[in-house]
Amino acid sequence: MDHAFIPVRARLIEVAAFLDRVERHGAADDFRCAALRQAAKLLVDGRPERARRVLEALSDPTTEPDEKSTGKAAVGAWQRPDRKKPAAKRK
Amino acid sequence: MRYIEPHGHMVSRTTDDYQAMVTAGCAAVCEPAFWAGFDRGSVAGFRDYYRQLTEYEPARAAKFLLPHYCWLCLNPKEAEDLGLARDVLAMIPEFLDRPNVLGIGEIGLNRNTRNEMAVLEQHIDLAVKFNQLILVHTPHLEDKLKGTNLILDVLRSHRGVKPGRVIIDHVEEHTIQRVLDAGFWAGITLYPDSKSSPPRAVDMLEICGRERIWLNSACDWGVSDPLAVPKTALEMRRRGYSDDFVDAVLFRNPVRFLSQSPHFSAPGGK
Repeated sequence: MDHAFIPVRARLIEVAAFLDRVERHGAADDFRCAALRQAAKLLVDGRPERARRVLEALSDPTTEPDEKSTGKAAVGAWQRPDRKKPAAKRK
Repeated sequence: MRYIEPHGHMVSRTTDDYQAMVTAGCAAVCEPAFWAGFDRGSVAGFRDYYRQLTEYEPARAAKFLLPHYCWLCLNPKEAEDLGLARDVLAMIPEFLDRPNVLGIGEIGLNRNTRNEMAVLEQHIDLAVKFNQLILVHTPHLEDKLKGTNLILDVLRSHRGVKPGRVIIDHVEEHTIQRVLDAGFWAGITLYPDSKSSPPRAVDMLEICGRERIWLNSACDWGVSDPLAVPKTALEMRRRGYSDDFVDAVLFRNPVRFLSQSPHFSAPGGK
């Protein structure tokens, strides 16, 4: 606890500041921000294995290989293909 | 302390890193073939890279008294060109007898496409045919869970694959147990921003046990830390783990897996 608390405290504040920042810059509706807010609920649901469940919440839940590569890198959160739209523009 | 760096892309690191690793206790480094940051355009480009991994890089490491080993393959990021992949795989056996080659890797998936799956299966066929160890890369971020499941399905369906001779790398909390349950080895990669941190790695050891697991830095030209493995030893000691525990995870475990290759020599005895 003595070694871990301060760094984790700092990261939690980073998350809070990030969520404030994306709202200020009009990017709060980006699917990645939405996924982050949804996953963050798991932190305080009182159940164990939070790390595993957060990772699963941010994962592609489909099971079949994709037909072809998009040529783009992974972005950290999964978005249903029928909901894909251009990323939100900054103010 | 002593440790093995079982996954480091040293061609993209400086000699300062070699010096720091050896100073920290690194006793051997193993370098999987990986993506160059751009797609190579020809078989000749891959042949030159394999020469770098089997000729030049071991000599560079030797200047720091560090044994250097490597794995050979075509990276899944370059698997969309099936014709080039076929030709590269046909060329790989030319290098398998070289003294620092441990096996086929890091193969696997990147964006979980059908072409990547096809090339993964060809790599597994090649490894089985030539009785090689296998090192598997699992995809990044949101693709990891699905990709790990697809990889496990392919490996389990191949009759020639012996799980104890396969390590599935870059596991995290949502994939490690299913890899171990299937009998494979699991690699935990320590990255500053993604994959695992030293505290999370030690958490996984506490939850899953220390058998059939190794830790690596996967240091390359991206955001990564070539000293991530010895830094994790500090995290273990902070939690009260013994020197024997640290040695088992960071040295004896990788030695046990890698010694299945006739080309690997345990540094200083097991």
